Amino acid sequence: MAAPTAERAPAARTEELAPAKKGKVGSSLLTVLAWIVGIGFFFPILWMVLTAFKQEADAYTSPPKLFFTPTLEQFRTVFDAGIGPYLLNSLFATVVSTILVLALATPAAFAVSLRPVKKVQDVLFFFISTKMLPVVAAIVPIYVVVNNVGMLDNIWTLIILYTAMNLPIAVWMMRSFFQEVPKELLEAASMDGASLARSLREVVLPVISPGMAATALICVIFAWNEFFFAVNLTAARAATVPVFLVGFITSEGLYFAKLCAAATLAALPVVIAGWIAQNKLVQGLSFGAVK
Amino acid sequence: MAEVEFDQASRIYTAGAKPAVNRLDLEIEDGEFVVLVGPSGSGKSTALRMLAGLEEIDGGQIRIGGRNMVGVPSRDRDIAMVFQNYALYPNKTVGENMAFPLKMRGVPKEERASKVRAAAEILGLSEYLDRKPRALSGGQRQRVAMGRAIVREPQVFLMDEPLSNLDAKMRVSTRTEIAAMQRRLGVTTVYVTHDQVEAMTMGDRVALLKDGELQQFATPAELYDQPANAFVAGFIGSPAMNLFTLPVSEQGVRMGSSELALPRSLRSRISDAGLSTVQLGIRPEQWTVGADGNGSGVKAQVDVVEELGSDAFLYAHLDDGEQTPVVVRTSGRSGARRGDQIALTPTSEDLHLFDPSTGERV
Ligand SMILES: Nc1ncnc2c1ncn2[C@@H]1O[C@H](COP(=O)(O)OP(=O)(O)OP(=O)(O)O)[C@@H](O)[C@H]1O
Ligand SMILES: [Mg+2]
Repeated sequence: MAAPTAERAPAARTEELAPAKKGKVGSSLLTVLAWIVGIGFFFPILWMVLTAFKQEADAYTSPPKLFFTPTLEQFRTVFDAGIGPYLLNSLFATVVSTILVLALATPAAFAVSLRPVKKVQDVLFFFISTKMLPVVAAIVPIYVVVNNVGMLDNIWTLIILYTAMNLPIAVWMMRSFFQEVPKELLEAASMDGASLARSLREVVLPVISPGMAATALICVIFAWNEFFFAVNLTAARAATVPVFLVGFITSEGLYFAKLCAAATLAALPVVIAGWIAQNKLVQGLSFGAVK
Repeated sequence: MAEVEFDQASRIYTAGAKPAVNRLDLEIEDGEFVVLVGPSGSGKSTALRMLAGLEEIDGGQIRIGGRNMVGVPSRDRDIAMVFQNYALYPNKTVGENMAFPLKMRGVPKEERASKVRAAAEILGLSEYLDRKPRALSGGQRQRVAMGRAIVREPQVFLMDEPLSNLDAKMRVSTRTEIAAMQRRLGVTTVYVTHDQVEAMTMGDRVALLKDGELQQFATPAELYDQPANAFVAGFIGSPAMNLFTLPVSEQGVRMGSSELALPRSLRSRISDAGLSTVQLGIRPEQWTVGADGNGSGVKAQVDVVEELGSDAFLYAHLDDGEQTPVVVRTSGRSGARRGDQIALTPTSEDLHLFDPSTGERV
């Protein structure tokens, strides 16, 4: 055993070295690029968080002050303005709509992947075509319908709309994860005596759970950040955090720091959700590569 | 345990197209090890999956233990299958994988555990019971798949090329292990492979398929000694049988410029069939090699010598004007070399004769 390995080792090493050298320049360039892009994306958020801890006066200086005495005053103002109910509305609409989306998208995605129904392509196109109409174009009929059934300023209206809005994306995402599941797994389970429901629960779901986490996170982000429906269809009772944020933009007086504080608070739950889902998410998004 | 019958069973994937499995008839006895073999696309997997309940039966019947399986879902057929890629549940441990079919059948927990332990013992998997499949080698995964099939003590085992993902050496040793285990458990087994060596070494009987049609269903020895047609003759045996289409002559057949005399028994079979040309099959070991120039035999020139130690294969071509290739087995170290002129004479009376128009055995 020892002799062949010893013989082969040097050859293998030279073979590996050559492309590694070439790859090094490329990969360090990529690293630099990644950092630039990363910082580019991160900078506005850093600026927002920093501004949230400033006095209003400091927030308007140009160039922006990097060193200042931090204050929690803006956060106090935000809480005094009553962000609480808005946060609760956002949370409720987001969580319930995401659960509904997953509950509906999972069987739908299963139907169009592992057990393809006829005309799958048409079905899939129909799903995604519902995203092609600009929301602005749909808002008037939606408003009229919601008004007629007496559901204006009702959180369930938002839940229904958010579910509808995220469903096509979720079906498409879940479908791609389902397609990665070898069909022999289901066949083996059925041969082992599991019913379809049982094999879905015990065999398929554990395999696609990273994908479900990724899908859920996307739905959470979209629902949490949704503004257009919320601002048009809700008022005092059912309004969500994005609507609350806009309330800080006034035509007179300084509001930058307050707005940033509110925005920081609004962003926090998404960041936390992302952080919790991180492990699963990375697995989910690189699902194909891992398998 | 049960007998399995394919009764005119057909599978037609697309209406109008040629059936993937066409009116297959097989009667497999209780406890028998039957191998389905054939070239790629011959319908072996399809036939197996029909038995498993993973493909529809579009015509005829398949019966397990006398019970018609048309319309019966896989999970009610009491069969276990080993897949080519093993299809282990990736999120379950080895132990959970093997216990899964028992759990689905409501076997109590303690009994499950003891059965899994016993199976793991047989398969040498005891120390891996808590590992996930991805932390196992290919051979270990293969054994887990076997384990998942045997813990349940099903009526029938189905295996679709279970060894094709193993390296050559593992394939040979696992082949013996599977055959031995099957004999010990006595469970009726249907095994699919495209490898004729696997088929010949493992099966009690072998069913050879081509284009969805059964060519022959017989013991390995019968398949080798009495192939039903020219296709079977060419498929079984390695290197393959030499097949020549030759005009019939007074004393036998004409092979290029020389005449190959055939024994009376063969000549009468040709004349009974009323053939003027015949397809003659001669296995590589059915030749004797003489030096060129002593008059008798067919002249040939050696192109390649494959020395295997115990014996050697000569790849040669005939001096018949068409350079027809011929393979000859000789004893090892025969001294034959590339470029040698040799004279070949068939040794045996058991040469194979086929009707050149139908390919059927004469
Ligand atoms: N799902 C399918 N739809 C349509 N045709 C199929 C399908 N599965 C198999 N076939 C066709 O049926 C025929 C038999 O296929 P099958 O998989 O049974 O062959 P096989 O003998 O197992 O071959 P291999 O040794 O390559 O696995 C082939 O011609 C194949 O193209
Ligand atoms: Mg196959």
